[in-house]
Amino acid sequence: MSEQTKFDNKIVQWVDDRLPVFSILKHSAVDYPTPKNLNYWWNFGSLAGMMLVIMILTGIFLAMNYAANTGIAFNSVERIMRDVNWGWLLRYLHANGASFFFITVYIHIFRGLYYGSYKAPRELLWWLGLVIYLTMMATAFMGYVLPWGQMSFWGATVITNLFSAIPVIGDYIVTWLWGGFSVDNPTLNRFFALHYLLPFLIVAFVFLHLVALHTVKSNNPLGIDVKGPQDTIPFHPYYTVKDLVGIGAFLIVYLGVVFYAPNFFGEPDNYLPANPMQTPPHIVPEWYFLPFYAILRSIPDKLGGVICMFGAIVILFFLPWIDSSKVRSAKFRPIFKQVFWIFLADCFLLGYVGAHPPEGNLVLMGQLGTAAYFAFFPLLWIIGKLEKPRPLPQSIAQPVLKPMEKH
Amino acid sequence: MADSSPPASDPSDGATRRDFLIYAASGLGAVGAAAAVWPFIHSMNPAADTLALASTEVDISPVQEGQAITVTWRGKPVFIRHRTAAEIDAANKVDVKELRDPQTDAQRVKKPEWLIMVGVCTHLGCIPLGQKPADPKGEFGGWFCPCHGSQYDTSGRIRKGPAPLNLLVPQYTFLSDTSVRIG
Repeated sequence: MSEQTKFDNKIVQWVDDRLPVFSILKHSAVDYPTPKNLNYWWNFGSLAGMMLVIMILTGIFLAMNYAANTGIAFNSVERIMRDVNWGWLLRYLHANGASFFFITVYIHIFRGLYYGSYKAPRELLWWLGLVIYLTMMATAFMGYVLPWGQMSFWGATVITNLFSAIPVIGDYIVTWLWGGFSVDNPTLNRFFALHYLLPFLIVAFVFLHLVALHTVKSNNPLGIDVKGPQDTIPFHPYYTVKDLVGIGAFLIVYLGVVFYAPNFFGEPDNYLPANPMQTPPHIVPEWYFLPFYAILRSIPDKLGGVICMFGAIVILFFLPWIDSSKVRSAKFRPIFKQVFWIFLADCFLLGYVGAHPPEGNLVLMGQLGTAAYFAFFPLLWIIGKLEKPRPLPQSIAQPVLKPMEKH
Repeated sequence: MADSSPPASDPSDGATRRDFLIYAASGLGAVGAAAAVWPFIHSMNPAADTLALASTEVDISPVQEGQAITVTWRGKPVFIRHRTAAEIDAANKVDVKELRDPQTDAQRVKKPEWLIMVGVCTHLGCIPLGQKPADPKGEFGGWFCPCHGSQYDTSGRIRKGPAPLNLLVPQYTFLSDTSVRIG
């Protein structure tokens, strides 16, 4: 074996010669050359990873006490809350964890948008991120059904009915999804099975996301390529420590909600057992779906609404080719920078519209918001052609070192 | 290498016996794989016991004129309404050509006084209000869906709002004057 000795510990070296787990770890988590100028917006990838671990861990232990049967599902969740040791903590960590997982992922996505992290050569990295996001949405939706409250049941009914908009085969697809003629026990059973499965698929996608990341390397706030070793620092200890600071701050907020406002993100109606004979007066999805729900309702045609809702996510896959600017970071793109903030505000507006009944001005607001959402993408192409970007620095190190040379 | 010897058949037409065998074998393999997927997919369709619960018998004798009851059929609510003469009249007066989903009232009932239909909004599956006397019935005196504002008339036809179709009329038969089987 021509392997040179890398590790002081003989046992570690012995294992590594046969199974290079320690080399891989050292290569990708210790030595990994990271741009030295990453700001705190770069913390949210690792935060999302931590949330995935927390969700899987709490989920596995919740599953030990949960029963996926319409007769007892609701009561089994109440039993977790009242009788199971620390059950309330596991459930509140899990239920609020979903919201905080989405918070980290949304910030991570908008970070990528602002700094042009989706552009060449990071297209597949971006795609894998979107696949993770889509899988998360499916997982979250099915998880929300499991407590079998009123919102669980009617959310499941409305969302699965979206597929009935597909011409000709729509009704067959819905019956197939349900395993019956309405959302019922077979539906709950399969949702539980898939809710348990999908997170492990997410783990696999995260792994690919990291492999792609470590191939093309991290983007940075300047959006320019790393020119050499003077632009990078090793991941450990510099960014492991920085990520830990972020994790500490993040946990204060997350656990603050878990302990002091555990139902802040929840709907009171979900503490009523599911009743297939009575629709709650106002159905709302979880907050992380609201902008898409607003788009769905803004289109007066059923099929059109469904197409636009899914299209709002599908179009993100084409972003690397829609954006015609070669400059990545919004820092150097004066027009794009403003349009970015308008787009972000529009997503909040759509979220607000989605949370309220479609009456009066809200209908028009939703329609304008939807139009603005989709206008963003062609606009991105036009801006890239017209905009005059500000001059890019020579390297990551240059703006820092240049002023020092003058002194 | 031994297996790089020239093909036996005429190479000028580009196809060889080996190509044929590769295509035939992988084609058959693909068909076999697709066939093996079907049991998994079909296992998610309604099971035999679910299908066996597909009909419900209802005694309609206690339902007075102007009253309505809701029964469960295949896990869904079925609206059974004993319509008044005024309601039947209103349903018949509508110009069918103006409807989104054109159907005459006669096409939707077997006996005009009994309107039987699945109480699931054809938009996204909520249950419209209008069964109880105090419920909002919408502008057309029938049913009103609280989710996205669809409004149905006294024949259960869609008149306003996002729903594309009339409320579904299930298969049913009158076993006698006072009893009906749905499904």
